[in-house]
Amino acid sequence: MTSPETSTAPERTLGEPLLVVEGLCVNYGRIEAIRNVGFQVPERGIATLIGANGAGKTTTLKTISGLRPVRAGRILFEGEDITKVPSHKLVQRGICQSPEGRGVFPGMTVEENLDMGAYSRKDRRTGAIREDRDRVFTLFPRLLERRSQFAGTMSGGEQQMLAIGRALMSRPKLILLDEPSMGLAPKLIQQIFTIIREINAQGTTVLLVEQNAMQALRTADVAYVLETGEVVREGTGAALAEDDSIKAAYLGGDV
Amino acid sequence: MSLATFLDLTLSGLVVGAIYALFALGYTLVYGVLRLINFAHSEVFMWGSFAAVWLMMAMGARSGMSIPAAIGFLLLALIAAMAVSGAIALVVEKVAYSRLRHKNAPPLVALISAIGASFVLAEIMGLRDKIAGWVGLDGVLAPYVARARDTTSFPNPLPNVTLFEVADFPVRSNQLIVLFAALIMMVALDQFVRRSRLGRGVRAVSQDPEAAALMGINRDRVIQLTFLLGGLMAGAAALLYLMHIGVTRFNVGFILGIKAFTAAVLGGIGNIRGALLGGLTLGLAENYGSLIFGTEWKDVVAFCLLIVVLLFRPTGLLGESLGKARA
Ligand SMILES: Nc1ncnc2c1ncn2[C@@H]1O[C@H](COP(=O)(O)OP(=O)(O)O)[C@@H](O)[C@H]1O
Ligand SMILES: [Mg+2]
Repeated sequence: MTSPETSTAPERTLGEPLLVVEGLCVNYGRIEAIRNVGFQVPERGIATLIGANGAGKTTTLKTISGLRPVRAGRILFEGEDITKVPSHKLVQRGICQSPEGRGVFPGMTVEENLDMGAYSRKDRRTGAIREDRDRVFTLFPRLLERRSQFAGTMSGGEQQMLAIGRALMSRPKLILLDEPSMGLAPKLIQQIFTIIREINAQGTTVLLVEQNAMQALRTADVAYVLETGEVVREGTGAALAEDDSIKAAYLGGDV
Repeated sequence: MSLATFLDLTLSGLVVGAIYALFALGYTLVYGVLRLINFAHSEVFMWGSFAAVWLMMAMGARSGMSIPAAIGFLLLALIAAMAVSGAIALVVEKVAYSRLRHKNAPPLVALISAIGASFVLAEIMGLRDKIAGWVGLDGVLAPYVARARDTTSFPNPLPNVTLFEVADFPVRSNQLIVLFAALIMMVALDQFVRRSRLGRGVRAVSQDPEAAALMGINRDRVIQLTFLLGGLMAGAAALLYLMHIGVTRFNVGFILGIKAFTAAVLGGIGNIRGALLGGLTLGLAENYGSLIFGTEWKDVVAFCLLIVVLLFRPTGLLGESLGKARA
């Protein structure tokens, strides 16, 4: 693995928006979980959605992944409307999500979980899968140590890494990460963000959802602040990280 | 009690248990992905049994045929039973479950619609003489539809020979064929679910449906697949049941279905190997129970066993869940 310092390639140029979300509204019954949410993820970039618990971050990601029905609004990926595309068809288009919390298959081993990430790939019979698995093991040496362990018996942090690795196995153009640092020790949090930059440097566009706002803002090219289901601020990650009102509202006592 | 009696009860307990187990797979597979009991599964079995009987009648199966011909007939009957049961299971999924699921109906609604489907399927069979009469085919189809509410016997062309004796107890060919055929089918299914790509899809959906969707797995296809697999296994169970018991009836699925469901719960519903363990345990418990208390107590013993096991292990002998079962 290349060292973290060299991995954030400075010559990385951001492209056109890969993902565009416009006026998205999602309800749980009569409760509005998100309202008129709009944002863009530039190709090859890292975008982040930050916000407190219950702000609607997970709902936004699940809706992009097709797991929640859209009440209003549009989702465009590579310029095509994917609002109504069922979730199981998105992975072939190049979108894969690493879900929040313990979203791995508990009764499958680490290796089986990684293979599930490649479930929809057309090149399953080639050596490409094995190469990608090795690549995941390089990013997460811990997973290599545990390759035959049942995912359900691993720690929260290890499951989180597995969920990210599993998503990478689909070779996504866009990876959606739902709170990858949740429940991790501070040292591991640093590592996870380093790995996210590494993944991005290797050419994958990232949409990162975090409560860990300071780290997320430092990592992201563009950032959006979600508050009770609405986008209330947006800007470059660096600009929002320096913004006093953001600091006061979201960064107090953060690592 | 003589040793021969004990051996007899043990072997026939295992044979019946293996049939329960094969039948139970349909409950367990569907439960794994839907968290619902498919109450119409008993009729999936019953229809398979009639498919086998009718095909044998149509082909003119009789005792005294050559052994190779008899085996060929039985294999065709197996295919017919599996095909019809598989097809009925898919129809049940389509009619009783699929639409309701897409309309986000509460699980209880699907349960009721499956019970309804079960009655309809049983009564169509039980009224087949009348139905044939309406379309004017009762004459042509008389051998197949007459006395629709009585038992119909299975013309098994294969002689049931004594293979060897253990302590004066004759071990007969039919019993061993049924036992081994059931075990082979179960192992095949277990390996399919464990190793094939589709099987991994089934396990993924039963462990985490949302994560499975994120991996590109179409849940509807997986659900259809579990109904189909359960139906195929029920069809095979139906033929083996006919070879062992020799008769079927329009309502044969009811009590047998409850037994198979009990086997699934006993072993740990959602768990394929649990179904095997539960089926064999139930078959043996019934037979030993009838030995101790008398045949009329057989079902009482079986269900008492279920309750006792669940009191100590609420998730069944091997624990719940399709994918979580360790290799
Ligand atoms: N399955 C659900 N049913 C009902 N309400 C939900 C459900 N999931 C989330 N919510 C509500 O939607 C809002 C947004 O939740 P969520 O997207 O999980 O926020 P976050 O990920 O930012 O913590 C919250 O008010 C939450 O209570
Ligand atoms: Mg969340």
